[in-house]
Amino acid sequence: MLSKEEVRHLANLSKLELSEEESEEFTEQLGDILSYIGKIMDVDTEDVPPTYHPLENTNVLREDKVTNSDDRDNLLDEAPDKIDSQFRVPGRK
Amino acid sequence: MEIYEMNLRQLIEAREKGEITPEEITDAFINRIGAVEDDVKGFVSKLEDSSGVEIKDIGELKGIPIAVKDNMATLDFPTSCSSKLLEGYVTPYEGTAVKKLKEAGAVIAGKTNMDEFAMGSSTENSGFMTSRNPWNLDHLPGGSSGGSAAVVAAGEVPAALGSDTGGSIRQPAAFTGLVGLKPTYGSVSRYGLVAFASSLDQIGPLTRNVKDAALMLNILAGRDQMDSTSADVEHPDYLEEIEQDISGFKFGVPEGYLELDIHPDVKARVEEAIEKIKENGGEVVEVELPPADQALAIYYIIAPAEASSNLARFDGVRYGQRLGDADIEEMYRQTRNEGFGSEVKRRIMLGTYALSAGYQDELYKKALKVRTLIRDQYKAVFEEVDFIITPTCPTPAFKKGEERDPLETYLTDIFTVPANITGSPAISLPAGFSEDGLPVGVQLIGSAFSEKRLLQAANSLENILDIDNPVQLK
Repeated sequence: MLSKEEVRHLANLSKLELSEEESEEFTEQLGDILSYIGKIMDVDTEDVPPTYHPLENTNVLREDKVTNSDDRDNLLDEAPDKIDSQFRVPGRK
Repeated sequence: MEIYEMNLRQLIEAREKGEITPEEITDAFINRIGAVEDDVKGFVSKLEDSSGVEIKDIGELKGIPIAVKDNMATLDFPTSCSSKLLEGYVTPYEGTAVKKLKEAGAVIAGKTNMDEFAMGSSTENSGFMTSRNPWNLDHLPGGSSGGSAAVVAAGEVPAALGSDTGGSIRQPAAFTGLVGLKPTYGSVSRYGLVAFASSLDQIGPLTRNVKDAALMLNILAGRDQMDSTSADVEHPDYLEEIEQDISGFKFGVPEGYLELDIHPDVKARVEEAIEKIKENGGEVVEVELPPADQALAIYYIIAPAEASSNLARFDGVRYGQRLGDADIEEMYRQTRNEGFGSEVKRRIMLGTYALSAGYQDELYKKALKVRTLIRDQYKAVFEEVDFIITPTCPTPAFKKGEERDPLETYLTDIFTVPANITGSPAISLPAGFSEDGLPVGVQLIGSAFSEKRLLQAANSLENILDIDNPVQLK
């Protein structure tokens, strides 16, 4: 149902890098899972709207004013790398 | 009775009568953690002694230690989701549920081990360690809130917070002889809960009995400005009038569910529970629901789809561990590849598949439409009956080290996922034991925001079943 190339492509989209062993294992496992979940394709859903979340309400509004405080230093404290007041990352090749 | 053997309401009563002080409660549980935690392995970080503990002179939970799952933001302990990727990460803010516990006087005892990012049913997917089931240390406590279940069952704390996306509070509660409540989607604020599947996740308590679950829900429930999906509804006092006669409730048994692949001991305990409800004047009828595997199938499309999107933020830029510094692409890949365990990778890829071009409409949209059909059918059933009664999990606790392929494990979520799919509240309570002496759970599912009656019914069922579930490892 799923080829090893497709699995590699999915890993690539997910920013993961799989070893040869992992690719093989995942190809089999994901194939099994997809064939199980594929059974829903037989359910008649014509004219049925999708449900994205279980709540009845659609819009939740609040007064348009700033409520969060300046937490920059706290947030940066946990960064793996930072420079001045910014996150720092390696450059592109 | 030792202090650590007491449930929440017993502790509160003894403290109010002046028989024990808040300090004695805190000390008793911290000592208990010291005595059994090496066997249980439920905490990934914890209080080592009471020296730094400040007991505030407020609230119902004054001095009472509560454990918190490792995916909820706390200031005093790291929040790592039991993932190597977030090892040691301390959030700059505190989640609402944790804040509410502290405002009620609770002492946060530590963070509990879980399947990484809440993906799993055993804690074997934790990036750090595997927790044990205090009823039998060769068995697992379930998951993903397995650490929370284990520490309550072992008397290390009288109650804990878990999160439930497809059964992650209820299944470990069933495995460890506890009560696990998944409130209605929106009952409890998710602010500070690291998102797994945002349309399914909900925070709830694991406790020794139903009344303690009601007491915890009184503290946790309510609308929160910080979570727009927290519902703007009136929450009643869930403990008040909790003593009701079972004859006031009507239960539905889904047609065919007990003929599914269920362990004979689980089936027997649930059938006995149903008989006892009838003997005591409760009404039980058969109801028609969509095939159980339909809800499970769409769960394993929707949950991974939402997860693949939610977990995109773990890229080594802003928090947690970073690996690889040759260039940014390599950094992303190496961080995620080394940081995530295989179950998380599997689900990210599954979700990426469901959302990728060409499949999004076919698979993901189809799942959302089936979700509507399932919701409608549950709604219709709740016109006929008050609650649906099912096993919580098809089997008693898994044995440690048993080989199970991913799909096989997913299938054990069959009775718990519908409550998340539909947003309904659901509770697991002890129904007895397997022949091997492992706890078995029975589940009640109610309609949205029916927690008051759900807790009443669960309490009356608990009274009738009268299962002895003492603290283990004494």
